[in-house]
Amino acid sequence: MKEHATKAAAFIKDEARTDWHDESLWFVRSRRDKAAHGIPEWEQLRELASQIKDHTLSHLDEYLEAFEAKAIENGVTVHWAADAAAHNRIVHGILQEHNARRIVKSKSMLTEECGLNEYLEAQGIEVVDTDLGERIIQLKEEPPSHIVMPAIHLKKEEVGELFHQKLQTRKGATDPQYLTEAARQHLRQSFLEADAAITGVNFAIAETGGVVVCTNEGNADMGTHLAPLQIHCMGIEKILPKAEHLGVFTRLLARSATGQPSTIFTSHHHKAKDGGAMHIVIVDNGRTTQLGRPDFRNSLKCIRCGACMNTCPIYRRSGGHSYDSTVPGPIGSILTPGIDLKKYSGLPFASTLCGSCSDVCPVKIDIHEQLYKWRQIIAEEGLLPTAKKQSMVMAGKVLSRPGWYKAAGKSARWVTRWLPRPLIYTPLNTWGKARELPEAPKESFQEWYRKNRSAS
Amino acid sequence: MKIALFIPCYIDQFYPQVGIATLELLESLGCTVHFPEGQTCCGQPMANTGCERDAIPTYEHYVETFSSYDYVVTPSGSCAYHVRKHYDIIEQTPEVQHLRQRTLDLSEFLLDVLEVEQLNARFPAKVGLHQSCHGLRGLRLGPGSERNLDAPSALHTLLSMVDGVEIAELARADECCGFGGTFAINEPDISAKMGKDRIADHARAGVEVITAGDMSCLMHLEGILRRQGSPIQVKHIAEILNSKA
Repeated sequence: MKEHATKAAAFIKDEARTDWHDESLWFVRSRRDKAAHGIPEWEQLRELASQIKDHTLSHLDEYLEAFEAKAIENGVTVHWAADAAAHNRIVHGILQEHNARRIVKSKSMLTEECGLNEYLEAQGIEVVDTDLGERIIQLKEEPPSHIVMPAIHLKKEEVGELFHQKLQTRKGATDPQYLTEAARQHLRQSFLEADAAITGVNFAIAETGGVVVCTNEGNADMGTHLAPLQIHCMGIEKILPKAEHLGVFTRLLARSATGQPSTIFTSHHHKAKDGGAMHIVIVDNGRTTQLGRPDFRNSLKCIRCGACMNTCPIYRRSGGHSYDSTVPGPIGSILTPGIDLKKYSGLPFASTLCGSCSDVCPVKIDIHEQLYKWRQIIAEEGLLPTAKKQSMVMAGKVLSRPGWYKAAGKSARWVTRWLPRPLIYTPLNTWGKARELPEAPKESFQEWYRKNRSAS
Repeated sequence: MKIALFIPCYIDQFYPQVGIATLELLESLGCTVHFPEGQTCCGQPMANTGCERDAIPTYEHYVETFSSYDYVVTPSGSCAYHVRKHYDIIEQTPEVQHLRQRTLDLSEFLLDVLEVEQLNARFPAKVGLHQSCHGLRGLRLGPGSERNLDAPSALHTLLSMVDGVEIAELARADECCGFGGTFAINEPDISAKMGKDRIADHARAGVEVITAGDMSCLMHLEGILRRQGSPIQVKHIAEILNSKA
């Protein structure tokens, strides 16, 4: 329960680094604002995207079947995975069938969620992440801290040191262009030797049976063009009904994510290249359960742009790893409690409910309202720490009884006025760690009112 | 028009001057304002912690206290938002529905009901406006920097009616201060850091007084300012609107 607070406190100890992290992400938020404000119909686009997603989610079964039928018609092999384990088994099975040992993978939060890399590596299969940020954290053996910018928590000096150790770049080199070039040369070899390419999916079009993959680095294209076998892994919520809907989302996605008008590459895959094979793995892994929760189903509208992370004042100051969840930040805090309520019961409380996440969300997910609703469920399920729950029961009693309220208010003011400072500013008083308590006035407003206005 | 004043619990106990300023301001605008005895709290502290069931008796007490009035005016966007948004878990009697429409933040009442266009107020100072989140994004008292809307900000509109006020330009127009109710206690480090960062933005802009529509944000910021020994003051917007200095 206190997990996020503890990790956040550790992150924030290095205040200069916290400021750097906050500023880096605020810069992305500012670019997003500029891009969003440059489109007069931005708010209508968000509304349209939200409605398309709502509609699709309420007919998800039909669209998924239509998508499958069309993809099969295109010669693509479609697989269904109920959970992460099934997904990993299926992918491994396809690789075995094609005798593929060396894999290049472009960024996919789904395969991260399923733990695919670890699974395949345990089977003796080499997986190279080809997105630069993903490659950095793969070399560093860390999970991503952000869904769009997985290595945003690392400074260029740290990347330089890592590349020096792993890719033999010059010691002390920090020039981003030099380091990126080294990564390109290193990855080129992997692309040329790969037996198979795995990608995530941004959108899947029911009408055409095709999948759409958006990247900035072209790494997904390098992989799928070169390797004879291509596998696209997608969650069931990635479906859009028609190709004509896609433009609404591509206009929103890159602007929300990084402030770019579009991703550099928006690639459409409909069928295998000549002599190649194309597979699509469609994964549930808890999504239909979330779809069945009326208060939380619209979290499945998420297009993984990361805007809610960039704007979240808590995420910016605590880092993605403090959430201990594949998808961190505000959206992660409403998705992951649905997977394991007990483990993630602290996340809905890692928020001030400021609502900025809901207002940047390109598909209008009411994130902060869902955080509020998860809190209610967590308390109902008895997952609040006992002291917290008891203090709320007591507060509920005091605040519904005017007499008790008056007495409690009076004694609270007396305590803060007259008790010696060391008795008030104890380690238990977390408010007082960095803040003074309000100075208690002699009389409350109610007392003042009775003296000054009660005749009227 | 029967108007009730709702003074939130923490303002009643710790910031009576905000209640007094709100009352005097409304009276100076010709309103007859009643302050129903026995009022306590909107119930938000329990509900935001996940314990909305423990808040139900407080919700019921609020409804009982205020349902006979045409409007309930409160100097808190956050409490007004809570009543309007979250009183959906109790039976939606006509009284509850009425209060969920007619519990207004002071700024809404001034601009939307009284249609105030000028104020007889003077406050010569460089003022930093903190846009409290529940007022801004909950009650939509302004467009918010996230959305692409051309809408006025209620608090800016009101402050610009005060003679002598110079509104400071902030680098981050409406970032959260980090109070967040029990968040301030459960995540004290992040909470305080957020407050420090907001204060630094105001300080860089040369602000003398930070104001807001919610005293809770200001209580948090004031706590940090006093610990820092900063000369920057905090004042609820009602105090500035009621100022004759």
